[in-house]
Amino acid sequence: MIADAVIEANGLTKAYGSAVAVDHISFGVGRGEIFGLLGPNGAGKTTTILMILGLTEISSGDVRVLGFNPAREPLSVKRRVGYLPDTVGFYDNMTAADNLRYTARLIGFRSMEREKRIAAALERVGLAEFADQAVGTFSRGMRQRLGLAEIVMKGAQIAILDEPTSALDPHATAELLGIIRGFKAEGVSVLLSSHLLERVQSVCDRVALFHAGRIALMGSVPDLGRQVLGGGYIVDIDADGVGLPERLALIPGVSGVEKTGIGKIRLHADRDVRPEAAAEVVAMQGRLKYLGVQEPNLEAIYTRYFEANPEQGARERTRHAA
Amino acid sequence: MQREGSAFSGLGVVMLKELSDHLASVRMRVLEWLVVLVALAALYGAIQQIKDTTAEDPFLFLRLFTTSRDPLPSFVSFLSFLVPLMAIGLGFDSVNGEHNRRTLSRILSQPIYRDALLFGKFLAGLVTLSISLLTLWLLVVGLGLFLIGIPPGAEEIARSFVFLLVTIVYAGVWLALALLFSVVFRSAATAALVTLGLWLLVTFIWPVLAGALAQIIVPPDPRYTALGLQTPGTAQLEQILARFSPSTLYAEIVVALLDPTTRALGPIYLSQLQGAVLGAPLPFVESILIAWPQMVGMIATAIVLFVIGYVIFQRQEVRA
Repeated sequence: MIADAVIEANGLTKAYGSAVAVDHISFGVGRGEIFGLLGPNGAGKTTTILMILGLTEISSGDVRVLGFNPAREPLSVKRRVGYLPDTVGFYDNMTAADNLRYTARLIGFRSMEREKRIAAALERVGLAEFADQAVGTFSRGMRQRLGLAEIVMKGAQIAILDEPTSALDPHATAELLGIIRGFKAEGVSVLLSSHLLERVQSVCDRVALFHAGRIALMGSVPDLGRQVLGGGYIVDIDADGVGLPERLALIPGVSGVEKTGIGKIRLHADRDVRPEAAAEVVAMQGRLKYLGVQEPNLEAIYTRYFEANPEQGARERTRHAA
Repeated sequence: MQREGSAFSGLGVVMLKELSDHLASVRMRVLEWLVVLVALAALYGAIQQIKDTTAEDPFLFLRLFTTSRDPLPSFVSFLSFLVPLMAIGLGFDSVNGEHNRRTLSRILSQPIYRDALLFGKFLAGLVTLSISLLTLWLLVVGLGLFLIGIPPGAEEIARSFVFLLVTIVYAGVWLALALLFSVVFRSAATAALVTLGLWLLVTFIWPVLAGALAQIIVPPDPRYTALGLQTPGTAQLEQILARFSPSTLYAEIVVALLDPTTRALGPIYLSQLQGAVLGAPLPFVESILIAWPQMVGMIATAIVLFVIGYVIFQRQEVRA
């Protein structure tokens, strides 16, 4: 599947009695890749993560993390993987540094190395000045960052982040995503889950869209866009000019022209035709007020996919009811 | 299949952290003050009583623990309900507390087994209780020495020291129970209430129930009743039932240890008393032998309760 995979799941399944939370999913995460598990709440993302970490039993299927089996060699896996749970908690009465110190002792770092790693990790996530403050006073964003500091301190090769940006304000989200990009730059593989599709779409190299315990779609966001949204680019133009739509229709690659309002034109094309469209408007001496291409959007992909595959949605609904 | 690595890696770290949490907690300070004040009150009562009725008693020092003066109960009976309260107070939120603070999944994603977390918490609680009880014991021994002015003999020290150890085991039973319920119930308040409820049941209601149950299962023989005696079968069953309660076991051990004249814990036939010098003290080792089954029973209870909690915890979902 993936040449240099750090996480490989094959037919991974988790059933609670007759209810199937995760249903035969297979995927791989490459080294240094940011992989997103996306989907609504209750789609099986967290269960998948817990199985990868060996924190919950696997009903059937197989998962390898850096070549280790989390069910049989949990310590080897947990030593190399950092985990940021959904709404991470710390001991509120202890300082940020003390919280990390406790974890560092559990990992088994010697005192010299421990202090060095903790200082570096707090520096890295921008919490150095709050090191000796009780975590009880921290905001949600700071707690999330402290959680990332723990992963940095651990020197993890894989970071698994469950809903890292949920309930964060836009500024804190941007900071967090910045740190996550930093992980990738250092060669740390990142597996993150989220139900906020558009927030994380910018950081993910590849995504798996979860739906009711299955992976409905998997691939890079542009690939998925081509696959689901009909493989096209949509270019919006706002310009005046007589006969402009007819001229634009002649641009090679344009498959359809749509008037969406006064002077507003939408082009469907199989490539990015913005340069040609601009040239046409200028050639007709029109006034170009807006020219933009719609990036393939995960939200749109997700919605479109389930509109286009109603039988799949229906099957999952009956399974939910059962 | 063998698990990799040691189940105990991280045990010491967890234990030290929990221990420092306990010792610094407000809860612990309140409990300690309660214990100290109660001990002083009981001791004061005992010493007044002992001073009033000083007789030729070879085990005067042990009387410190067992003598009561109205309206205060003796030191031992104070301990027998304070120790469970302390243990429950320390243990009722140990696992569900981690859960509610959402630290559990983060800690368990570190390279340790769940064993280390649970066992570390149990040990930390037990060490905390041991420190408090040892302090209390030294306090009582010291004050007794100071106020009565008679040094205790070696046997008295040995007896009261074994009493201390037994009290720690007794605390361990309640700690294990509190830990078990802190695993089972997600809400700390529920866990505390259920544990306290069970303690009330076992300590105050069960002895009465045991008597009633025994009378139903083995109805008393009217011939004995006419003589004002207990029917042996009924009495025996009542005792067997009552011994399911760790409080009963603890009370029996305490009697055997601190009252050297105790010859048996339970009904005995007159024939068994033939040749016995009534009121003569038993040697230390004999007293221990009398209470040995009860001690083993109490240790076993603590272990069984801990193991049940452990098994449930191993299979529990860590997510919120």
